[in-house]
Amino acid sequence: MARSIKSITNPKLSLNILDPQEVQRIHTATLDVIENVGVRFPSKRALDIWAAHGATVDWETQIVKAPGYLIEEALKKAPPAYALAARDPAQDLPLDGNHVFVGTDGCGVEVIDIHSGERRRSCLQDVVEIARVADYLEEVGFHWVAVSAQDKPPHTRGLHELKAIWDNSTKHAQTESIYSEKEARAAIEMAAVIAGGREALRKRPVLSIMQCTAPPLGHDGGSLDAALIGAEAGVPVGFMTMAACLTTGPATLAGNLVVGNAEVISATALIQLAYPGAPVFYAAAQTASDLRTGAYTGGGPEDYLFGAATNVLSDFYNIPLSMGSFATGAKEPNWQAGVDNSLSTFMACVVMSDMLLGVGFLHGSRIWSYAQMLLDCEIFSIIHKMMQGIVVDDETLALEAIRAVGPGGNFLKQKHTLRHMREIFLPQFMDRRPYNEWQEKGDGPADWALAKARQILESHQPDLLDARTSAELQAIIQSVE
Amino acid sequence: MSEELFKAMAQSIIDGDSEEADRLARLAIEQGIDPLEAINKGFVVGVNHVGNEFSCGNAFLPELVMAGEAMKAAVAALEPEMARRGTAREVLGKVVLATIHGDIHDIGKTLVGTMLSAAGFQVFDLGVDVPVETIVQKAREVGADIVGVSALLTTTMVRQRDVVEALDDLGMRPKVKIMVGGAPVTREWVQEIGADGYSEDAIGAVQVARRLVSDARATSAA
Repeated sequence: MARSIKSITNPKLSLNILDPQEVQRIHTATLDVIENVGVRFPSKRALDIWAAHGATVDWETQIVKAPGYLIEEALKKAPPAYALAARDPAQDLPLDGNHVFVGTDGCGVEVIDIHSGERRRSCLQDVVEIARVADYLEEVGFHWVAVSAQDKPPHTRGLHELKAIWDNSTKHAQTESIYSEKEARAAIEMAAVIAGGREALRKRPVLSIMQCTAPPLGHDGGSLDAALIGAEAGVPVGFMTMAACLTTGPATLAGNLVVGNAEVISATALIQLAYPGAPVFYAAAQTASDLRTGAYTGGGPEDYLFGAATNVLSDFYNIPLSMGSFATGAKEPNWQAGVDNSLSTFMACVVMSDMLLGVGFLHGSRIWSYAQMLLDCEIFSIIHKMMQGIVVDDETLALEAIRAVGPGGNFLKQKHTLRHMREIFLPQFMDRRPYNEWQEKGDGPADWALAKARQILESHQPDLLDARTSAELQAIIQSVE
Repeated sequence: MSEELFKAMAQSIIDGDSEEADRLARLAIEQGIDPLEAINKGFVVGVNHVGNEFSCGNAFLPELVMAGEAMKAAVAALEPEMARRGTAREVLGKVVLATIHGDIHDIGKTLVGTMLSAAGFQVFDLGVDVPVETIVQKAREVGADIVGVSALLTTTMVRQRDVVEALDDLGMRPKVKIMVGGAPVTREWVQEIGADGYSEDAIGAVQVARRLVSDARATSAA
């Protein structure tokens, strides 16, 4: 049975991270970069589109230099709000600036096996099982392809992954693991089968497509072609920059925002030039590289600041945002994971990023952990609660109860207490036991989270895709295999 | 007098100042200083200093990279003179590097190249999106000790296996060692495809490369 989805809405908290002048300066610097430094678009189709609209195209280097007005005019055509459709319409996700939804993270290469606890390479069955657990969890609003189906051939892997998600869950699927035109065409065909035809898919996009940029200031050709195929079909597409201070971006945060912004808005503008009005979203997961190794960190104060700053940019361009939060660099569900994922997710939530990616990973989005997945969901629930803020009215000021209790005494017997006690957050995975009990049992949050995941996997019955539709999807995959 | 020049050479590396390193190298040639001496008594002292500072946690990756670039500039300036004298800098080994066909991710591979050449390897960086045959051909042409293949995507990572198999088929192994890298690469993957080494970062890659060439020499000596 399809379950309700938890989202943050009507927030009481807010944060000022960049003032309008600062945003304008970032925007102006970005246009300067696009116009004078250029961005690489290694796709014939993309370069043709740019050339047809008067941008300067260097066919040798595949670098495009586009004037600022061309970018600005193109971006104005993007719809500010739309909904991601789910197989079950009750689970549609409005991307309207007043909702924050969380997805599963992706696309990992290893899994900590839910039964044996061993770390091993990911396969299609993992995509199936993660989809089933995610289908159950109210904190998870939509799917990314969580792990790579490495037992399937590389050129159709992304299709097997999508089918596994649609087979096992009624929630929206956003793929980040389709990087070629051919695979994108097949994915659209599959989505059309689910939606009930190409026109129905345009109205109810049960699929959205996320592509990574290739920082600094570049794109991947296959990704561009795949995104154009998606946009042509009216499926929401987004470009994610992962520009990282020191390596793929400047050491300074503002400079890194400029580089990432140039990648994202140039590709978004391309989509609008090709298909004006196509639904698009901004996506980002910037961070700072480790000072010692240059490695991806997935955490740290820079990461958290990017989490909040990027939504200001996507608001400036008036398109939804898919923001990388969670994604700790920790190797197991521990202190580091808690700090990273709480702060990055809080910062992305407090500015109302539309989509957050996502729950479930360790080691910088490489190793899937069911325990971490459930713990991440709890982090989101805590933030969800915090975003409701403090309500001040006659009832919540509780004068009547205060009068009744007076100095001394307690509030446990008050009717007011009964009315409101369930508003107090009750954690699933915080250890609030007496010290002795902890000492005797020696277990903890990660154990409970894993046990809960096991129980969900064993007992949850998702609304499976009917056998006929599933077979149609299989036939599409076979036709390109 | 050359003592002072050697000191300045070391400092140019520590400062990561490629132009200064180039200038000092040319000055050394003008003054008739043996290029090998300029390298070993001058520039390498700077490289070692930065390396030590890095190990202690006082220097960071950008400083290492800039020192590596400055070292490259110095060696490039000295090379014609070395050729004229019929001498050559001792290299730790020859490394052919590439990001595999279908993959355009550049930065990790390039960083590994910089670190390896700073450490004294001769690096042939073939760039990105490189077909297996091109990698193998280059390895044969230069007599590579190590072939390094990078991939960021799980869909392209599988082609690292093709490189291993191609080098096997041509009988170039075990003389040629194979290192693989990229975010999805794990120890288990390395074992499965029968590669010789991997590292999760560029600093570690240098250590692995050193180990592989010294193991190979030990084996061939025995």
